[in-house]
Amino acid sequence: METMRVQDVTPNDLPWKIRYDASRCTLCGSCVSACSFRAIEAKVERRRMVFSESELPEPKARFSAVPVIRQVKSVKNYCRGCGICEKVCPNDAIRPERNPDTRHPIVTRCLGGDSIKRGGRKNLESTVRTLDKIRVGRISQMTDPSLDAQRHTFDLLAPFGRILPPQKLPLGVGPEGLLRTEGSTPPVRWIYPVVIGDMSIGALSWRMWEAVAMATAYLNEECGLPVRMCSGEGGVPVRLLKSRYLKYMILQIASGHFGWNRIAKAMPHMIEDPAGVLIKIGQGAKPGDGGLLMAQKVAEHIQAIRGVPKADLLSPPNHQGLYSIEESVQKMFLSFNAAFKFRVPVAIKVAASSTSVSVFNNLVRDPYNIVGGFFLDGIDGGTGAAHEVSLDHTGHPIVSKLRDCYLAAVAQGRQGQIPLWAAGGLGKTGDLAADAFKMIALGANGVFSGKLILQMAGCVGNDQGRCNACNTGLCPVGITTQEPPLVHRLDPERVAQNIVNYFLAMDTELKKLMAPIGNSSLPVGRSDALVATDRAVADKLQIQYVC
Amino acid sequence: MCRIGAIKSLDFVHPSMALQLMQSQQKGHDNSGFAMVMHDLGGIFENYKKLPTLSMAATDEGVRLAEDILHEAGFQRVLQWVPETNPQPGLDINAMPNYVFETFDYPKHLRNGEKKEQEDLLLDMRLKLREALEPNEEGFVYSFWPDVVTLKEIGDPRDIGTYFNLWQPDDKFTARVITAQCRQNTNYDIVRYAAHPFHLQGYTALANGENTFYLKNVEFQRKLHRGYIGFESDSQCFLYTLHYVHHELGWPLRYYKHVVTPLPFEEIEQREDREQLKAIRQSLAHLEINGPNTIIGVLPDHSMFTCCDAKKLRPVVIGRDEKTVVISSEVCGINEVLPERDWETDIYPNEREIVAIGNDLEVQRWKQ
Ligand code: SF4
Ligand code: SF4
Repeated sequence: METMRVQDVTPNDLPWKIRYDASRCTLCGSCVSACSFRAIEAKVERRRMVFSESELPEPKARFSAVPVIRQVKSVKNYCRGCGICEKVCPNDAIRPERNPDTRHPIVTRCLGGDSIKRGGRKNLESTVRTLDKIRVGRISQMTDPSLDAQRHTFDLLAPFGRILPPQKLPLGVGPEGLLRTEGSTPPVRWIYPVVIGDMSIGALSWRMWEAVAMATAYLNEECGLPVRMCSGEGGVPVRLLKSRYLKYMILQIASGHFGWNRIAKAMPHMIEDPAGVLIKIGQGAKPGDGGLLMAQKVAEHIQAIRGVPKADLLSPPNHQGLYSIEESVQKMFLSFNAAFKFRVPVAIKVAASSTSVSVFNNLVRDPYNIVGGFFLDGIDGGTGAAHEVSLDHTGHPIVSKLRDCYLAAVAQGRQGQIPLWAAGGLGKTGDLAADAFKMIALGANGVFSGKLILQMAGCVGNDQGRCNACNTGLCPVGITTQEPPLVHRLDPERVAQNIVNYFLAMDTELKKLMAPIGNSSLPVGRSDALVATDRAVADKLQIQYVC
Repeated sequence: MCRIGAIKSLDFVHPSMALQLMQSQQKGHDNSGFAMVMHDLGGIFENYKKLPTLSMAATDEGVRLAEDILHEAGFQRVLQWVPETNPQPGLDINAMPNYVFETFDYPKHLRNGEKKEQEDLLLDMRLKLREALEPNEEGFVYSFWPDVVTLKEIGDPRDIGTYFNLWQPDDKFTARVITAQCRQNTNYDIVRYAAHPFHLQGYTALANGENTFYLKNVEFQRKLHRGYIGFESDSQCFLYTLHYVHHELGWPLRYYKHVVTPLPFEEIEQREDREQLKAIRQSLAHLEINGPNTIIGVLPDHSMFTCCDAKKLRPVVIGRDEKTVVISSEVCGINEVLPERDWETDIYPNEREIVAIGNDLEVQRWKQ
């Protein structure tokens, strides 16, 4: 017997183990060809079979070579638990099984000498979510009747743009006793309170990105929901820049400035203004980290849109300022406001942090009235690629931070002047309407969501370590990959349809939540409508504790 | 639910008319209190229209404290009227020891001063008095304003009327505008300050209904003006928004409606004045009122108006004859005080309008 080598990687070191039933397998090969991670392979096993051919038992042994499917023992091509093999197997012969005894986090570091990179979301889930300890507990019944979700009209819209304090409105009384405008106000767009979060063309496959854009256009033009989609950092196809659909897009600029060259060049040809500009300073899933697009995903069209060669694309963690970050952000605000001649609102996205309130206060006091929104992204957000340590251990939960910002505005009598938009794990349980509604009652004007959109499209990843391989360029469902065979797995029309349907369902559900509290417009800051079943949550958020 | 009513007349009318107006609606409330604000005063106050009158209910100590504070500030009393009370046994009233209606002359340096300066001082004085009397509940200061008196008390409105001898008309205590409310005490402890009508710098408002955006309103109003305090009742929010829109921002009254019950965005987009309406909706989003309610308001020029929520969940009726216009939660109240009027001219205001009654009793209806 060979000496055992304990250091060799075996499936029981890995996060997922493949359960394979040779007796059901017809060796069609579907699973092996479908596994984008090459985590399973066809092998030949030596088998011994004992048999007897005579009337009385006369055992003989026969050895034969049997083709089987086996798990690859490698920390590179390891099984992600995506379940695609199971999906394609006609005979239920194979499936991944979670390995609670995995040594993967240790083994990978030991073998690679480098930090672990991953995509998706945080994988350290321990307690019940804060939002699930909150209920809509103030029900209108007698003196203030509930509304009828089917019959009444509801104003489900949220502002994107800088809102002036009432005493600063340039309104004067005209000769007929009517107000007239005597000056200009910053641009404000009233949009659907759920923005499709910023996912770049690059992080997403072109099919996926197009599907989202298609859903956005459909929601606007056919369903009457003014949903906006944020481009993410990485530019926008020129065809879209020059089309009338640009008005549904919020263009993002982040520290890498990827894609802005093209956007700038397309400006003279734009027939519509974009919905807005979002300056990304930080991201909730990996605060303090810059963007990361691994070379595997920098396909030809990405090189063209971004104007870069095939290489790892890193956005620095900071916008490079001349003197200070505030100054550079201020400059960016000015230049983007000016670029679109002050017709397009410009907002900022930051990662939630213990310091968010100070940042927000600084912006609220901005004397130029150019900050058109504060997008606050919490720890539970998603990302295309990040270092695992950032993903799991850095960041700040969104719920209390959003509330802190709102209350900071209230303390100054400036609520609503810089619209607050919140994200980071909203809709994690699949129910975005409830999460969005609670965040709105806590003070958000609206929410944004990216990860959930991917899940609508068919992403199989989850918070318990399933898949989350978005960084590899091998997304098994064609969402976060640029590999043509994988991308073709995704049917963009079906994706668009799913997104549209989800939004329609969510719209009904939001109304179902507004009706019982008797509100026909969004109850921004109506924390009296909420109760908490947890004392600490109630205290922190300043809402009623109930049990 | 509260019941509210208002009378505006070319002649001076006595509060007995307001009591009658409210009495017939008593099934609609729980008889837990009665409050009224009178504007454009007649009788003993008629000759002092330009001078502020203090309306308060207080203990002896409270009266002393208040008078000291006013004298110290240079105010000089020119008139005092103490209503004769009728404390029969068995009356359901939670009376205070003293009810004070005193008219003062301004401190010397302000007698010919700017109107704004005088107005600011009157408000500051009222706030100061209120603060001084608050700690031991020494008294409740309801209004301190020229040509306005306020009376509020806890108890059965009928008994309150008896206690103050208000069932007997006379020509001493009269006004051309009287707003009144009978209380339904639901959400709040029985607090005198929680009874509308509320008054601030010549503006009076009273409401029937709920304001489900109360918290949003309060959080915003607290920072808008030093006079926006108390918030014992959600109806105070209606007054403060009225004061803010009309007095502070200087916008015409019709925009009050656009602030409290803004048009849906879809409708705003169809309108020529969408730019202004959107700006209003944006910047004053936290003053929106949601929930069923009707508001009656009086402006400093004594004109009166009413409007209701955007779904007309809580309506009012307006009845009138040549000399009087009456607004009431229920039409039975109007039948009581204006039995001879032409019913066909009654107005049931639409959910999208403000009905304004000028000093010549001309009724204007502004569609939002
Ligand atoms: S679960 Fe996914 S990664 Fe694992 S073997 Fe099956 S297809 Fe490959
Ligand atoms: S299915 Fe694709 S998008 Fe979803 S976690 Fe896996 S790699 Fe990422």
